[in-house]
Amino acid sequence: MVERCKACGFCVEFCPTKVLALSSAFNSKGYHPPHVVNPEKCSGCDLCGMYCPDFAIYGYKLETGQAHVATAASAVHRAQRGPGNQSTGVEDEG
Amino acid sequence: MSDFTNPVEPFLRTDRMPHIWCPGCGIGTTVNCFARALIESKIDLESLALVSGIGCTGRVAGYVKLDSFHTTHGRAIPFATGLKLANPKLNVVVYSGDGDLSAIGGNHLIHAARRNIDLKVICVNNLIYAMTGGQTAPTTPSHAITSTSPYGTCEPAFNLPHLVEAAGAVYVARWTTFHVRQLARSIAEAFNKKGFSFIEVISPCPTLYQRRNKLGDGLDTMKYYKEKSKVKHGAPTSEVGLTMTGEIIVGKFVDRDRPDYQTMVRAQLTESLGDRFVEQAEMVCS
Repeated sequence: MVERCKACGFCVEFCPTKVLALSSAFNSKGYHPPHVVNPEKCSGCDLCGMYCPDFAIYGYKLETGQAHVATAASAVHRAQRGPGNQSTGVEDEG
Repeated sequence: MSDFTNPVEPFLRTDRMPHIWCPGCGIGTTVNCFARALIESKIDLESLALVSGIGCTGRVAGYVKLDSFHTTHGRAIPFATGLKLANPKLNVVVYSGDGDLSAIGGNHLIHAARRNIDLKVICVNNLIYAMTGGQTAPTTPSHAITSTSPYGTCEPAFNLPHLVEAAGAVYVARWTTFHVRQLARSIAEAFNKKGFSFIEVISPCPTLYQRRNKLGDGLDTMKYYKEKSKVKHGAPTSEVGLTMTGEIIVGKFVDRDRPDYQTMVRAQLTESLGDRFVEQAEMVCS
């Protein structure tokens, strides 16, 4: 997915909870894909996925009540609203 | 790696990604909305055919993993009409740009609306002929600078919702690429509507339209849509014309019922032939 990103910034601008920012990393075409800066704020609404013209990002809610956004560069998931379920994990996906 | 995949992925020919659309172009966003509308309306993909013409938006037919048809310039609606008449059970979607549908295919558009052929037309309007180099299109707003009008366009632009409403469409809506959820809902609604449905999507063209007119990049245009668009359901379509930097009226303008073309054919033949009228045999594709 990282190679699809063209750094238009739609996901960063229109994320309702400002989870994302453009990273300083490059993909092979020289664009800066977004990365997750506020993983705990992600509600899994998938608005980033709706806006992305390059099909390079999407968000979703996990069955455990967690929310998750899979960006071009990495995927971050976190515990959402569940007491005793507050772990935050970062995994590489690109 | 998670078990989840992008919900749009099953609808794409992923081997053809990344696509050729420019950074900041809104066509991909409209494809997202279309895919979500398909998921939402639970439509049988086997009964769906997507037809597009030539142009940037015409590329959609090549990128979606559906029965799709990339036709000659301006002739998406005639091809789609043929598909629908030969196999009335098909859900036929025409997915094309403003240049293809309203300029070279302008006559087909008004006559398909007049006949009320059961087609869902999604018209991505980027206000310019984008693929051919940014020439003035019938939808280019007055005073805009294009490659064929370096001192500004003097022509008034087409108001597409007004045009298709006057011609007889039963469902007319307009959204911008900023209104993703509303657009997806509108497309799903059009699938439940029998007759000629027309959805106009205003989309940024950062490379040709915005650059020459110094309107910034795709993101600036999206912010402009957010700021200047006003939802007015049922607004009179004669008042929804577009200007370069003015207000954009969006919403569902027309939702009415009128017998579609095939119903009218059947009624007319029954009336004049009586018992001699034999219903067309159902076509089965093997």
